[in-house]
Amino acid sequence: MKAGLVPRSRSCAVLKHAGGLHARPAIKLTQVAKRFESAVWIALAEHGPWIDAKSIARVMATKTPYMATLHFVAEGDDAEEATSALARLVESDFADGNGG
Amino acid sequence: MGKNVGIVIVSHSPDVAKGAADMVRQMVGAHVPLAWCGGNPAGGLGTSVEAIVKALELAWSDAGVVIMVDMGGAETNSEMAIEMMPEKRRAKIVVCNGPVVEGAVMAATESSSGAALERVRRAAEELYSR
Repeated sequence: MKAGLVPRSRSCAVLKHAGGLHARPAIKLTQVAKRFESAVWIALAEHGPWIDAKSIARVMATKTPYMATLHFVAEGDDAEEATSALARLVESDFADGNGG
Repeated sequence: MGKNVGIVIVSHSPDVAKGAADMVRQMVGAHVPLAWCGGNPAGGLGTSVEAIVKALELAWSDAGVVIMVDMGGAETNSEMAIEMMPEKRRAKIVVCNGPVVEGAVMAATESSSGAALERVRRAAEELYSR
């Protein structure tokens, strides 16, 4: 079927960063999200509320605590790459090779 | 380096300006042109048009430059510094109405992804607009 369906993808990961999603990891997360064309959202619960993962102010304002589960949703042609890259980033404790 | 929007930090205190610049460098990385200035020519607290002009030249990017200012004279002197820049560059410089430290980090985060001048300015001002 070619109905112009927008690819959509989901992922999640547990935040094992001591101190939670503070400034530095929040910046990295935003920078990784911005590498993708897709719209990317983040939430602390499976059903939202969803926050724009490319907005550094909003991502930091989530104040995500240590061991919280971060949920990602992306919509767009590279949605799957986006959600898997973000889950990988969180799982690897923000050991992202590219500083932005 | 030339394609990302530059950030200039202007504070009355050179320690504040340098500290904010250190935070940007360490948290966001080295992909954003960055310069800071603070203090008056006599070595006290204040800002200097000449120093701001120099910082604008250091952090210059063809994508433009945002200036983060702390208060009062930092803003008026920044506007005077913009007037002293070549005419072609003036339209690509904006003074941001945001918190100087957090705003600089957020503007730089936005800039590091290659965002345009207006988006970088919005990121820097987002904390005050909510």
